[in-house]
Amino acid sequence: MKIGVLKDAPKTAILGLVIILIYAVLGIFAGQIAPHGETEIVGMEFEQWGGEFLLGTDNLGRDMLSRLIYGARNSVGIALATTALAFSIGSVLGLLAATLGGWVDQFLSRFVDMLIAIPALLFALLLLTIFGTGIVNMIGVIAVLEMTRVFRLTRAVAMNVVVMDYVQAARLRGEGLWWQIRAEILPNIAAPLVAEFGLRFCFVFLAVSALSFLGLGIQPPTADWGSMVRANAALITFGDITPLLPAAAIAVLTISINFVVDWVLHCASGLKD
Amino acid sequence: MDDILLKIQDLRIEGRQGKTWFTIVDGINLELRKGEVLGLIGESGAGKSTLGLAAMGYSRDGTRIAGGSINFDGTDLLSLTEAGRRDLRGRRIAYVAQSAAACFNPAHRLIDQFTEAPVQIHGLEDKATSEKHARELYDQMHLPDPDGIGLRYSHQVSGGQLQRAMTAMAMSCKPDLIIFDEPTTALDVTTQIEVLTAIREVVRKFNTAAIYITHDLAVVAQMADRIKVLLQGQEVEEAPTEEMLAAPKEDYTKSLWAVRSFRSEPKPKPGQDDVPVVRVENVTAEYRPGEPVVKDLSFDIHHGRTVAVVGESGSGKSTAAKVMTGLLPPVEGRLLLDGNELPPSLANRTKDHLREVQMIYQMADTALNPKQTIRRIIGRPIQFYLGLQGKQLEERIRDLLDAIELEPDTYIDRLPSELSGGQKQRIGIARALAAEPRCIICDEVTSALDQLVAEGILRLLKRLQDKRGLSYMFITHDLATVQAIADDVVVMQKGRVVEQGPKEDMFQPPHHPYTDTLLRSVPQMEPDWLTRTLQKREEA
Repeated sequence: MKIGVLKDAPKTAILGLVIILIYAVLGIFAGQIAPHGETEIVGMEFEQWGGEFLLGTDNLGRDMLSRLIYGARNSVGIALATTALAFSIGSVLGLLAATLGGWVDQFLSRFVDMLIAIPALLFALLLLTIFGTGIVNMIGVIAVLEMTRVFRLTRAVAMNVVVMDYVQAARLRGEGLWWQIRAEILPNIAAPLVAEFGLRFCFVFLAVSALSFLGLGIQPPTADWGSMVRANAALITFGDITPLLPAAAIAVLTISINFVVDWVLHCASGLKD
Repeated sequence: MDDILLKIQDLRIEGRQGKTWFTIVDGINLELRKGEVLGLIGESGAGKSTLGLAAMGYSRDGTRIAGGSINFDGTDLLSLTEAGRRDLRGRRIAYVAQSAAACFNPAHRLIDQFTEAPVQIHGLEDKATSEKHARELYDQMHLPDPDGIGLRYSHQVSGGQLQRAMTAMAMSCKPDLIIFDEPTTALDVTTQIEVLTAIREVVRKFNTAAIYITHDLAVVAQMADRIKVLLQGQEVEEAPTEEMLAAPKEDYTKSLWAVRSFRSEPKPKPGQDDVPVVRVENVTAEYRPGEPVVKDLSFDIHHGRTVAVVGESGSGKSTAAKVMTGLLPPVEGRLLLDGNELPPSLANRTKDHLREVQMIYQMADTALNPKQTIRRIIGRPIQFYLGLQGKQLEERIRDLLDAIELEPDTYIDRLPSELSGGQKQRIGIARALAAEPRCIICDEVTSALDQLVAEGILRLLKRLQDKRGLSYMFITHDLATVQAIADDVVVMQKGRVVEQGPKEDMFQPPHHPYTDTLLRSVPQMEPDWLTRTLQKREEA
């Protein structure tokens, strides 16, 4: 990203970028930053804020702050992997459907329609019950479900580019399918895809958290923001806001990403005001 | 001099690019008397449309009127409030745009859009009276079925009819001034003549003043009493039409006038035994089974010659090109390349087959990948077909840029968006040349360009042909282009060839009746051409 472009960015986008950066640093250097271990039981259950434990302890007596920091690594890492996978599948299929057209397009599009027709959360629950809970399975299932949106977007924007004369020129030259996609089409649809990546990431993140909250995602004792809400939910009844901290971490990250995505979309669409 | 309707003085209009303002219209003065027609001509970017809109006191988004005055019939438009200007628009000043199809609301009937201004907006008359006026005007515009046509939607009438319906709509409040912004540019010549006639009659009948914006000199010569030539937002010269046509003063105007005089030298005819580079033999092609778009098409393209394929839109000329490139395999007939049969489908052609026949597109904007540099666009076919790499590749790209008269150091690393329309089209030519083909299909390559720029492209193509012995298939609807560059002419109508032969024969009578209509519909640079043509028609 060019400095010149960054200089013109709106304040919200810069704020978003800074927050994302902080999350990234926390996630990568969790081992060095966190005062205690991820699964280490260091005190009594549900200790108050302040004192030895800045944000108190959780239901098993683990340091809340440390688990929040480790959560950044686990939750964000898994969401990132899932989004990347969803994008790889979705965009490749979408590009194939748009470029080849005909029955390939029909088959892929109807298949995706079918997946979309089933309520996502129920479908995910069903699949995870069949294949068993686990991180790999969860990544696979969410990726397949989120892939459908990426497919639709990629197909739609690629359709607009496929009809361009320069793509026809490449075809007439005798270029192969892969070259047409990589050199002629992909660079021209990259901007909306990048923006979509940000948005999708948020939805994936929420899906991972939701599944973890339901007990089907990341399994204990791994620190994860979704399951941390669930484990400490009981505290809410005592007027303690600790369970809301991981929820807030999720919210802040999602909003930050949306700030940045808005800006990228704004630049990509060429709108002035 | 109290009959002056519109007086524009020292008008300056600026447009915004990022945070800076640049000048679009630079100190233009303009006077228009009641009932007078002023022709505005110039290339794209000359500020014609901006000036035309300013005559309504309007400036587009991103532009502003920076200085000067616009006085319409004693009222200073710039000192009026927006509501005051809106009250004048439609009622006293009307506007006819280039693309009628884009300006009609497809969800409303034509007549309801006609009555909108007089009834709903200005409240001049009731709906029944307004509809009666609409039918009268439709009749005066020579629209077929004037009583019924208003009940149709915009997609149910042809382009020429729609353009006339829009002119009728502009007349709905009997305005004092109409601004015509390239109203016939998107139409075929045979349709254009009908629209021009209708516009001229109605404007004369109601003694309406008009500003007629166009880049086509021959058209403006028929319509205007006076002509003003613009270049880059400044006035070049202004004079009554006859005077301007007979004796233009400025060099720029002279160069505009000279564009149409470009003619290629007749070439010796090919011998009987010469094998044509490309032979199209009895080709029939269709998109849907049983509905042929091209029927029984045959012609030869000989070495070093240009075959112009002429016809109106829908005549099947672009489909013929698709058949030649292999995008649309014919259902009957065959193609020969150097006497050898060419596989009908793109998928079965060898790299050499593909290399021999290249294509240049009409819209250079969509023909060049906006994300690739010129180096990549031109370099790829060289790499792909000839396998050149590194230094050799670089040298070849530079040679090609030299050949299309663009300075290599300046342009090689640019993106298409950093080029003008004519330069983009030159890159399109270079990309075709890069493959070292024998035949190039040129699909309306000049129709999106200004006349001066188009002429430059035609001369370049001609020079390249002489130097490299190229053959061209030149698809066009413009007979002036045919005269400029063609050696052989194929006239198509409704998917069939109606007449073909060498250019020298084709422009001499006797003609096939359709060729005759086409030839007669091309506006000539004489002010009374339209009048004479109409007289001839009536006599016939």
